Amino acid sequence: MMSTSLKNLNQLPVKLTSGHRLCAGCGEPLLVKQILMGTQRPLVVSLSTGCFEVSTTVYPYTSWNVPLIHTAFGNGAATCAGVEAAYQSLRKQGKIKEEMDFVNFAGDGATYDIGLQALSGAMERGHKMLYVCMNNEAYMNTGIQRSSATGMGADTTTSPAGSVSPGKQEYSKDLTAIMVAHNIPYVAQASPHNWRDTVEKAKKGFNCGGPAFINAITPCPRGWRTSPSMTVDMAQLAVETCVWPLYEVVDGKYALTAESLKIAEGKIEKKPVTDWINAQGRYRHLKEERWAHVVDKMQANIDKRWEKLIRLSKD
Amino acid sequence: MAKKKLEDIAINGDGAVAYAWKQIDPDVCAAYPITPQTIIVEDFSKFVANGEVKTEYVCVESEHSALTLCAASCSAGARTFTATASQGLAYMWEMLPITSAMRVPVVMAVANRAVSGPININNDHGDAMAARDTGWIQMFADNVQSAYDNAIIAPRIAEHPDVQLPIITNLDGFILTHAVERMTPIDTEDVKKFVGEFEPVCPLLDYKHPTSHGMLDGPDFYYAHKHQQVEAMDKALEVSEQVFKEFKKLTGREYHLVDEYRCDDAEYVAIILGSSYGTMQETVDQMREAGIKVGAAMPHIYRPWPEKELARIMKGKKAVAIFDKHVSLGAYGPMYSEVVAAAADLEKMPKMYNFIYGIGGADTSVSILKGAMESIVKGTADKINYAGMKL
Repeated sequence: MMSTSLKNLNQLPVKLTSGHRLCAGCGEPLLVKQILMGTQRPLVVSLSTGCFEVSTTVYPYTSWNVPLIHTAFGNGAATCAGVEAAYQSLRKQGKIKEEMDFVNFAGDGATYDIGLQALSGAMERGHKMLYVCMNNEAYMNTGIQRSSATGMGADTTTSPAGSVSPGKQEYSKDLTAIMVAHNIPYVAQASPHNWRDTVEKAKKGFNCGGPAFINAITPCPRGWRTSPSMTVDMAQLAVETCVWPLYEVVDGKYALTAESLKIAEGKIEKKPVTDWINAQGRYRHLKEERWAHVVDKMQANIDKRWEKLIRLSKD
Repeated sequence: MAKKKLEDIAINGDGAVAYAWKQIDPDVCAAYPITPQTIIVEDFSKFVANGEVKTEYVCVESEHSALTLCAASCSAGARTFTATASQGLAYMWEMLPITSAMRVPVVMAVANRAVSGPININNDHGDAMAARDTGWIQMFADNVQSAYDNAIIAPRIAEHPDVQLPIITNLDGFILTHAVERMTPIDTEDVKKFVGEFEPVCPLLDYKHPTSHGMLDGPDFYYAHKHQQVEAMDKALEVSEQVFKEFKKLTGREYHLVDEYRCDDAEYVAIILGSSYGTMQETVDQMREAGIKVGAAMPHIYRPWPEKELARIMKGKKAVAIFDKHVSLGAYGPMYSEVVAAAADLEKMPKMYNFIYGIGGADTSVSILKGAMESIVKGTADKINYAGMKL
């Protein structure tokens, strides 16, 4: 495997071509290209229904020059597992010689909510596949509805901020922890602003010999109400505020990575949640004094989860 | 084709399907156990555990994932089988039209069972009928032998280059799945030769020639793709007849798009699906002894709908009774309206009567069927009748 330097990564064949129909500033193609740089073996890509799928496979065009399959919304993991099962069978029979990789890309709706059962099943059965959640914290494809990955206080079309509601009233589900509980060889949180960290994690995921899961924060300018030019900065801010810590869990062992490790070591300052809130239109209403207690709750929850992560990474 | 004559065996319908699959030895099988299909996947698990098949068998966490895995595995280039029933088929429903639209020849056995609610584990055709419009070919079996034979015939129809559609082989829950009958198996070598090698179209695992599967269509492409499925369904009728002929050459057992019993000189015909076809044959014999000219017919291939054959059988008859083991609530039995449509072009349309029967496993005896047929002979039947309802 070549080293993770920009000079080397630049030489790799592009598997997701330009000309897709994703929004300007979408975080998804950045993330996907970085993940796909994690393997040079032949691979099959599977997609759950979502922005990414409908934008890159508009018949009779395709943005893919690697084999690609999509079936439905809640079953990306099962789709990917089906391709992998066919591969295992044909390889055992000697009909396929090469080692191949299998990856599924899905949004947070397809992962945290409707697809959780299929994902859990595929991980439990040990299919050799990487599942990547492109977490933009809501159902963006259908008009910015809340998901269980949506952060507290976010204004979405099904958790609107109103005269008596501060937007989404619940904390986001800790899906990464749920995936760790499956005792699979590799689980990680990533962010596309740090391409080196993401490519390294993808490499580990593809090479772990079993099921792997990467949960990546993936900014959505439409849903977050941010400028398309700010996507990479927003991803970085998610990490710097510890809203989205970067870490990996290899065979059950936690380790913070990249900026998150530096924050834990005191080398970089941990930014307050107000930086995160003030940068995005979806939290605009939280600037009102009457929702100050919501902001406090958000900060308290971020701190609690962050401290737990530090404890786990010291074990 | 070389053929070895094998001894008859005693086996239930589920066991027969599993036995056929062992002989075919598919590349992948993904399934979830559900009554009354369970014996199929249990038997098959034993074949896997004992190394009798090379199949990659995936014990999925749900039927939704079962059919998803199958559609994906078949797209990847593997011959793929699954089995389900009732709620399981209902849970798969989202993936039924997706699988057929992906044009992958997945083979699925359905052990027909009533659909909730109320919950009921017994046989009727509510599950198969709810899957009717999803682009799958559907075959019905009338006994354990034909359940076994259909399992071997199915991949030949589904995988034909002109067809490339998934296929359901229906067998009546408990009546066929669990009851032991005498069956003549086919030698495994002959089965393998008959079924042949799987030749997938644009498989995903052919990574040197990458293709995108399951893409997004606008209205025009969607419409055109649906029409391609219609054309493939039409082809499936011709292909089925051809495969039935080859099967007869191999085994001597004869199947048709519509199986018939004493219809030629009949004045009254019963059209019925599944295991009740046998009960109807006995009914026909008894009524014939009493001098009433009755015949029975069963669409062996239910989708695509063998309209021409049914029209031929109905031509010149006085009356036709259509027996449905399901009711389209608020309308008729589903087969009734289709048979009426098939008869609509006849110069003189027979009187058409609908009998709903056997719902949720209700008794289907010779006396019930005879009573129904006598009422059409006498002309006392209503347009829609509920045969054998006790309460």
